[in-house]
Amino acid sequence: MFVALSLCIFHFSFSSMSAFSQNPRPWIIRGVFVVLAVILIARLFTLQILDDKYKVMAEGQAIFRKVVYPARGAIIDRKGKALLINNVAYDLACIPNKIKDLDTAQFCTVMGIDQATFLKTMKKLITRNGYQRQSIYEAGLSQEKNARLQENLYLFEGFELLERSTRTYPLGIGAHIFGYLNEVSEGMLGNSRYASYRQGDYVGQSGLESRYEEVLRGQRGVAYMVRDVLNRPRDSYKNGSMDTPSIAGRSLELYLDADLQAYGEKLMAGKIGSAIAIDPKTGGILALVSAPSYDPNLLSGATFAKGYTELSRSYTRPLFNRAILAQYPPGSTFKPLTALIGLDVGVITPAFGYPCGGGYYACGRRIGCTHSGGGHAANLRLAMANSCNSYFCDVFRKTVDAKKWAGGTHEGLQRWHDYLSAFGLGHPLGIDIPGEKPGGIPDSSYFNQKYHGSWNSCTMVFVGMGQGEVDMTPLQMANAMCLIANRGYYYIPHFVKSVGGNAQDPTLKDYLVKHTPTHISDSAFESVIMGMEDVVNRGTGRVAILPGVEVCGKTGTVENYWILNGQKTKLDNHSVFVCFAPKNDPKIAIAVVVQNSGYGATWAGPIASLMMEKYLKDSISGASRIALQEKMYKANTVKSYIRVIDSLQRQKDLLRDMLRTADRRTQDSVKKQRDTMLVRQIMKEYYQLNTGSEVKTNNGTIRFQN
Amino acid sequence: MSLGRKPLTARIDWPVIYLYLALVAIGIAAVYSVEYTNFSDPFFNMSKSHMKQLTWLCVSLVVGLIIILTDSKFFLAVAYLSYLTGILLLLATFALGSEVKGSHSFIKFGSFSFQPGELCKIFTALALARFLSTPETNFKTLKDRLIASAIVLLPCAIIIKQNETGLALVYFSFFLAMYREGLPNAILLIGFSVAGLLVGTLLIERLPFFIIITAIPILITWLLRRQLKRNRILIVVIVGAWLIAVLFSQVVVPYVFKNVFQGYQTERIYSMLGQDVPQEYQKPGVVPKKDADYNVRQSKIAIGSGGLLGKGFGNGTQTKYSFVPEQNTDFVFCGIGEQFGFAGSTLLVLLYMTLLLRIVFIAERQRSMFSRVYAYCVASILFFHLAINLSMTMGLAPVIGITLPMLSYGGTSLLSFSILLFILLRLDADRQVLIR
Repeated sequence: MFVALSLCIFHFSFSSMSAFSQNPRPWIIRGVFVVLAVILIARLFTLQILDDKYKVMAEGQAIFRKVVYPARGAIIDRKGKALLINNVAYDLACIPNKIKDLDTAQFCTVMGIDQATFLKTMKKLITRNGYQRQSIYEAGLSQEKNARLQENLYLFEGFELLERSTRTYPLGIGAHIFGYLNEVSEGMLGNSRYASYRQGDYVGQSGLESRYEEVLRGQRGVAYMVRDVLNRPRDSYKNGSMDTPSIAGRSLELYLDADLQAYGEKLMAGKIGSAIAIDPKTGGILALVSAPSYDPNLLSGATFAKGYTELSRSYTRPLFNRAILAQYPPGSTFKPLTALIGLDVGVITPAFGYPCGGGYYACGRRIGCTHSGGGHAANLRLAMANSCNSYFCDVFRKTVDAKKWAGGTHEGLQRWHDYLSAFGLGHPLGIDIPGEKPGGIPDSSYFNQKYHGSWNSCTMVFVGMGQGEVDMTPLQMANAMCLIANRGYYYIPHFVKSVGGNAQDPTLKDYLVKHTPTHISDSAFESVIMGMEDVVNRGTGRVAILPGVEVCGKTGTVENYWILNGQKTKLDNHSVFVCFAPKNDPKIAIAVVVQNSGYGATWAGPIASLMMEKYLKDSISGASRIALQEKMYKANTVKSYIRVIDSLQRQKDLLRDMLRTADRRTQDSVKKQRDTMLVRQIMKEYYQLNTGSEVKTNNGTIRFQN
Repeated sequence: MSLGRKPLTARIDWPVIYLYLALVAIGIAAVYSVEYTNFSDPFFNMSKSHMKQLTWLCVSLVVGLIIILTDSKFFLAVAYLSYLTGILLLLATFALGSEVKGSHSFIKFGSFSFQPGELCKIFTALALARFLSTPETNFKTLKDRLIASAIVLLPCAIIIKQNETGLALVYFSFFLAMYREGLPNAILLIGFSVAGLLVGTLLIERLPFFIIITAIPILITWLLRRQLKRNRILIVVIVGAWLIAVLFSQVVVPYVFKNVFQGYQTERIYSMLGQDVPQEYQKPGVVPKKDADYNVRQSKIAIGSGGLLGKGFGNGTQTKYSFVPEQNTDFVFCGIGEQFGFAGSTLLVLLYMTLLLRIVFIAERQRSMFSRVYAYCVASILFFHLAINLSMTMGLAPVIGITLPMLSYGGTSLLSFSILLFILLRLDADRQVLIR
């Protein structure tokens, strides 16, 4: 049409030109050519200049954004030994609604599965994540599967291989310390801390990996890639000028001594409990063992799901970090604290003695003491060395009943609680792995509630000897040792010495603060410490004697009960031992708890002592010590009733979960019923409205006047 | 001073040679830029397309040199004979031909295959020029016009039978040359109008198109107001043409799409233009096949994403990563559009236009009619190839396999256009001589 029009224009409007009028046809033909050029250029103009959609379409087709995951930060111990190694793992991810023309048979051959498995997995993914979002089809692909997929991936539209770093642990120690990495969960994505994460990202789930996630993860980068028609990435887009490089995560240097940790785990094998060693001068944790432990490699990479199920089903609950989660009555290891408070309040002096004849009768019932010999509690040192129950019950009562408290015993107990609170008990200490439990130190209001206000110092006299209402985590026991070893101060126990080589990193600021909670006199500390030295040298803790090192310690044998079928049943005592050394220049403070095993000096004492020797002297020397070490290696103190207790506990948990679910269901159904009734009511009102009954509206709601 | 005494090199029209070389060079660059992901790779790699094309250029230049050294009378002498050979070759394809991409138009000699239909364009041009320049021919008579048409339409018919519609349509371009020699105006007008009407009906929505085809006669009437006073029949012609156009685009086509064609047929027609089937013609149960218009869609994306200045040499994502099918042959223009943008594409179009106008200029300076008709034939063939190829890459014309002269990858195409041009140059060198 344009052509016809221009032909006419050429034909007639230039008829005056001489060459044209002679023979117009060459000119018409030229005109046709020019018109073609004009049409083509006009079309090019609309396509290339006016219309932007082709640019967008081209980018959508050929350019894709690839998230580049940085290497996760390394973790090394105090001697620079690598505690873990980064590996690259591949996950196969898919977006269900982008899967097109999938040759299922071929896919199944490559993956080595059958069609039914494939359909089942896809169904599971879709119910979990929907069609739109990227889901991990298979995590931690094996080397061989990965190679096969790399070759064939272009055939499977909608699938993508994601690269990410995983950890392996060459020493196989410290599972509870490092924690593990796993896919970010639905619940975590709602948390503002993980706002920048996407489905399928890996994140530290516990331990240091979780606590230092922001430090370790580094910064993700973005690379723009060009892909070809077969969906294969071919080249970087615009030579990478739009890319953001990824920044590798910073490394953590720990106070942890890998050798000591490994040794501790070996000693604690076959036991349930915990052993913690802290450097008192810095609060740096040298070893943190929770027994039973497990190989951290189990929860890394492809074996995660299998390992996790296995561990969580085990009746000894290896995933439970007893060092910070278990709460035990401290038993006799609490006695140094009782003495310290008594000395500071001024109710006793180091020379104070108690005429113990094998029991404490002041509260109208007998509280047994393991010693009955005369003068075994003639002064603080002796009482401590012999762990006299009567003595410390008396000191506790004297402390809370002191005349100086205007409010009587109520105020006394409150002050006593304040002291212990200042020692870091009754609340989480703030260690740099998450989930720490508070322990429990009772105060006046607790007893007021429990006994309706009618109680006195006899009601909780047992707490003086660390039984009854006091609960401490093993970490708190170790920290209390640090406080005593340092004669009055502590640093919050923590693992990380420096972040990326910087010891003053802002993430560590809480751990650089020296806590001097009370102003107890040095002489009070010295008296208690001398008592603790005697415990080792000539008292209940002689097993911890180390030639050439002045060791101070305290044994504990903790009575404990389990409510079995409504009956309070006494279980085997917990064996507890706390100590520090050397006396005047403390380098290590240790707390060891071995559950349900017996006397403090039988199990916990030797373990603490061997760890101390290992740390201070680097090796175990002497035939008797090596025999002791062998005995500890081989011993299995896990009682058979633990299995019963565990299964009962699981039943209880299950019941609680079921009740909770049922409760939620009831609430849901009640709400639904209410909604239905509301709708019914509205319908009814509408019906009456239409049949003309009297209606008054008030603030937009329809009300009926009957 | 007679031109004939000048040396041959001075009589040759060098601008055409320069334009020819420039276009072939652009073609090789386009093939190179698409195939090479890394420019540090060796350029001289015989397995790569650009080197093959370079080899074909050498062959073409040798053939061109031979043509230049041949006596110009030779082409007049062999015109009919070559035409006859061409027809025989075309017929021979039915017996000897091998099938390439569904068409039956290739003849194979060992590893070398060629399309007689391509060569036959040249022979037909020579034959037509000879026939029209024969003194006994009077092109004003219906008989001679029919004979001329038969010369053109005979190979065309055979090629249609071979299922090479695109190549066959090229033969219709000879009517442009015949128009120059006296075919009535109406033929050209009707030809272009029908083509415009067909494409316009498919591309433009019904109402806007109605306005356009109504506006044009009104404009023409206004422009021709003086002639109309003298010639009343013209009004009837214009109104008649308008009525036919309206009837066709507003009634016949919708009726046919709605009631006559099956869903897939409508689909195929629209997809040739890279268009979706309009809502009103969609039939229930026919799922639109996305692949049908894949070529044109991708071609438009490639060209459209070029923008004003393009993505730069070697940075074309769509062509480099094979999103556009046949991007070295029929869709070679996509690479230019994507990498050099509007500026580069426009420059290329202008380059082609310069060549076309130069050929018309050459045609008009010939003393012998044989040379002139032949030159117009060359211009017409080039014009047709350009119009269809460029339009189809931009979604203006249906996708029919037709190459872009000198640029498209492929030996036969380059060689046949080279021969076409060099014969023209040889004849032009003797433009002062009367060839009979």
